This record gives sequence, C-alpha cells and structure tokens, in this order.
Amino acid sequence: MLSKIVRTVTNEFMPVIIVFGLYIIAHGHLTPGGGFQGGAVIVSGVVMLLVAFNHQEVKKVLRERLLSIMESTGALIFIGLAFAGIGTAFFHNLLVGSPIFGRIPATGPNPGDIWTGGVIPLMNFAVGLKVAAGLTAVVLALALFSSGEEIEE
Amino acid sequence: MRKIVGLILWLVLVAFLVWGMQLIHPFGYPDASTMDDYMIEKAQAETGSNNVVTSVVFDYRGFDTLGEATILFTAVTGVLLLLRTLRRKKESS
Repeated sequence: MLSKIVRTVTNEFMPVIIVFGLYIIAHGHLTPGGGFQGGAVIVSGVVMLLVAFNHQEVKKVLRERLLSIMESTGALIFIGLAFAGIGTAFFHNLLVGSPIFGRIPATGPNPGDIWTGGVIPLMNFAVGLKVAAGLTAVVLALALFSSGEEIEE
Repeated sequence: MRKIVGLILWLVLVAFLVWGMQLIHPFGYPDASTMDDYMIEKAQAETGSNNVVTSVVFDYRGFDTLGEATILFTAVTGVLLLLRTLRRKKESS
C-alpha cells in the first residue's frame, strides 16, 4: 500500500476516470473513441487502484465470477445485435429510422445528436462492458499471481 | 555456413522489398478510391452515425470488430486458465 497522498489522490480521481470512460463509450458514435477505448480507460483506473492500494483490498471488491459474467454478457449482446439484422445481412443496422437511436443526421458536420446511430451505440456499450470486465480480470489475475495468491471466485 | 545462408536470405528479402516499393503509388498521391468517397458521402444517411469511423468499424466492417472481440475473449480466457493451472500445480507439487 502506497502513501496516504497517493491513496487520497486515487480516491479523488477514480470517479472522474470512470465517468470519462463512460463518456467515451457513450459518445462513440459522435466523437473519436468507442467501446474499446472507453473500456481501456476504465481499466486504467483499476490499474491505478491496484498500484495505490494492496491487491487484497481490490480483491475484496472485484470477484472473478462477476467479471466473467459481465464479459460474456457483453460478447453475447454484441453478437446478438449482429444477428438481429440477419434478415438483410449479418451486421445490418436495423435500428436506423426506428424510434430507438434511429434519428438520421444530415450529411456533413453537425453538432452532437446522441439519439442517432442505430445499433452502433448499443454495440459500443456491449463492447465497452466486455473490454472493461475482461481486461480488469486479466490485470487482477496477473497482480494476484505475481504475489502468489489465488484469484477469488 | 549459416552466416552465408542468412546473408543470401537477407539479400533476397531486401530485393523483394525494394521491388515491392517501386510498385506502390508515389508518396502523397494516393490512388483514386471510390470506396472512401462512398463512405464519406453516404455513411451518415445509411448508418445514422455522425462519426464515420465508428460507422465503418461497427457497421460496414463489423466482421473485423467481431474478430477483435474474439481475440480479446480468447486472450482473457487463456490468461485466467493458465494462471489458475500454474497455481494448482504449485499447490499439488
């Protein structure tokens, strides 16, 4: 466990990092970024937790079972959304024009209208969940293994 | 002997790369591509996404993203399986 200064700064910054990661995931269809990048940002916050606190402290909060379920859920939502448009083609964007995320923007640059994109924002959320949970599991398993402990089920 | 064979292989590789370099279009003058013009003009109307890059990644080339997700899934599964097995072996021995 590092000094009190580092722990305090980590406590203050952790919500900001998570909110920033969620922002990158949620605005993947408007601004640069998306599911992979936002998930990696959230995982960087978890890495900061692992550095600042002991892995025993982090192990109490994060269970491997929960992370595995989250990752599989993200992957299933992603493939399910891809299969949802199989009436036309695999990965067909069937929500364009529908009431859910269906508004079609004018061609050309226009400021952010978040209710657009069809299945793309939903896929971004699924991939973000998957990346955040999967990489957190990897980082936690590596940290616990290097200290010679078993990851908690 | 191995050094000579390595030198010959290296020369063959360099010649192949130089030959390939001359087939590429000149720097700064990309080939006219109808594909990027199509995406820049039609992506917002077809996918509804203001970010054309995301519309390419998640819609036009969704298979590529599916492969990326599969790679990540396999990597996570491999890491968890491997570390757990090593741990168990250490306990049993």
